[in-house]
Amino acid sequence: MNKTQVPALEGWFTMDAEKPHLLGTQCKGCGTYYFPRQTVFCKNPACESEAFDEVQLSRTGKVWSFTNACYQPPEPFVAPDPFVPYTIVAVELEKEKMIVLGQAVEGVEVSDLKAGMDMELVLETLFEDDENEKLTWKWKPLPTDGGAA
Amino acid sequence: MSGDIAILGVGMHPWGKWGKNFVEYGVHAGRAAIRDAGISWKDVQFVSGAATMRCGYPGYVAGATFAQALGWQGAEVNTSYAACASGSQALAAARTKILSGQCDVALVIGSDTTPKGFLKPAPGERPEDPDWVRFRLGITNPSYFALYARRRMEIYGDTQDDFALVKVKNAEHGFTNPNARYKKKFTAEDVAASAMVADPLRLMDICATSDGAAALIVSSLDYAKKIGRGDAVRVAAISTVTPTFASSIIEMPDLATDSAFAVEAQSFRASLPVKAYEEAGISPADVSVAEVYDLSTALEMDWYEDLQLCPRGEGAKLVREGATRIGGRIPVNPSGGLACFGEAVPAQALAQVCELTWQLRGQAGERQVENAKVGITANQGLFGHGSSVILKK
Repeated sequence: MNKTQVPALEGWFTMDAEKPHLLGTQCKGCGTYYFPRQTVFCKNPACESEAFDEVQLSRTGKVWSFTNACYQPPEPFVAPDPFVPYTIVAVELEKEKMIVLGQAVEGVEVSDLKAGMDMELVLETLFEDDENEKLTWKWKPLPTDGGAA
Repeated sequence: MSGDIAILGVGMHPWGKWGKNFVEYGVHAGRAAIRDAGISWKDVQFVSGAATMRCGYPGYVAGATFAQALGWQGAEVNTSYAACASGSQALAAARTKILSGQCDVALVIGSDTTPKGFLKPAPGERPEDPDWVRFRLGITNPSYFALYARRRMEIYGDTQDDFALVKVKNAEHGFTNPNARYKKKFTAEDVAASAMVADPLRLMDICATSDGAAALIVSSLDYAKKIGRGDAVRVAAISTVTPTFASSIIEMPDLATDSAFAVEAQSFRASLPVKAYEEAGISPADVSVAEVYDLSTALEMDWYEDLQLCPRGEGAKLVREGATRIGGRIPVNPSGGLACFGEAVPAQALAQVCELTWQLRGQAGERQVENAKVGITANQGLFGHGSSVILKK
């Protein structure tokens, strides 16, 4: 009965159920991180490197900003019927010095969030088809007691 | 040698949803600008069209399309694409041609017919396209505007009431503008009663998409003097700079900022007017009036700060004090802005220049900013495009 869990985007994140990571690259020349992966040329104008390491990005960060989607987006978004609003979070990764967007996990509302809050990356269903559950990365608030995984 | 050029004529087709071909609007605006300049179409030596690109939409042949519609007369043509800054880039192309002595008088023109509903990507499975990916993940254009707006609330303490004040102000400004699409004096209660789209932004905080067209006749200062228009409003600066790596905020349609691991992050929006001020030799304190790209009410306040009309974080204070209303210290969007127009991408940057021209000539009627001497525009669009133009008397 159970559907197979597959990534909604191939090669964008690890399929680790417990501690997933976004998959990025890092320039061997200047250390700049890339998400999505960049493997051809570095975008830093002071760097001509064309060599990159494959890296897993930090899976925790702090809220930069947040919003929600009250209306159903157009295709290629695949909406449940009826449409269920969801929350969107921009999270700052300290080591990589970059901000990454994503949906918040189901049940997290705009009123649950504040700038600076600690968040962690998890996998959750983006949509389902007949055979598969299509997973994506989402942001989930970390417990404030510091008891994070 | 002066780097200025003269604006001899301006013209627009009213913004709306008219259901016609974009060429019709463009010809209307072009002819209005030619009449306003007091020249003949046959005097135009260069047609600089602003284009848009939308799934095979034919706007990308803008220059030639308008030149043919107005009647081939042997002028040279050019087409510029720079998303929301297409009009400014078309103006920059005309300025280069004029200042290099290759032509005396040029028509700069942009027109758009927008599709109904959400702007959306081309169909198919295209995971290599960041625009496709973000829509698959449910991140639309208002998502980005709302993230910027919420950031203001979190960092500066702005409120949704502050955002509503921008809408109320712009609605008052555009109320008597014959080219505006929405002519109704909306109240803060109207804004608060409109549907939430992307928290904290409601339907009335976010600009619509419209049909519309705007055109300019520009010339060398010598040509302006020769036809008795030596006092014409001048273009004193055009900035169309790219961003500088690394981006400090998430730009549409990206899912992440650049990493600022190797170099410090910078704001693209803030960099746009810097070059314009330098080129014009004008400081922010000299500005009498501004037309900025209010894709959302909150974004207008970001622009106040990016244009250095107030210190960072004090945009809401400016609105609360009424400083950006007509009659205030530094009126912003006297035309009514995108709030009253809706966005017609390749025409919008030129519409901003049309409004400032009327303001500097003292021809803006009931929305006239008293004693306007220097005006600045600002806009930003996709793919690292943006512009800022300074006009002076």
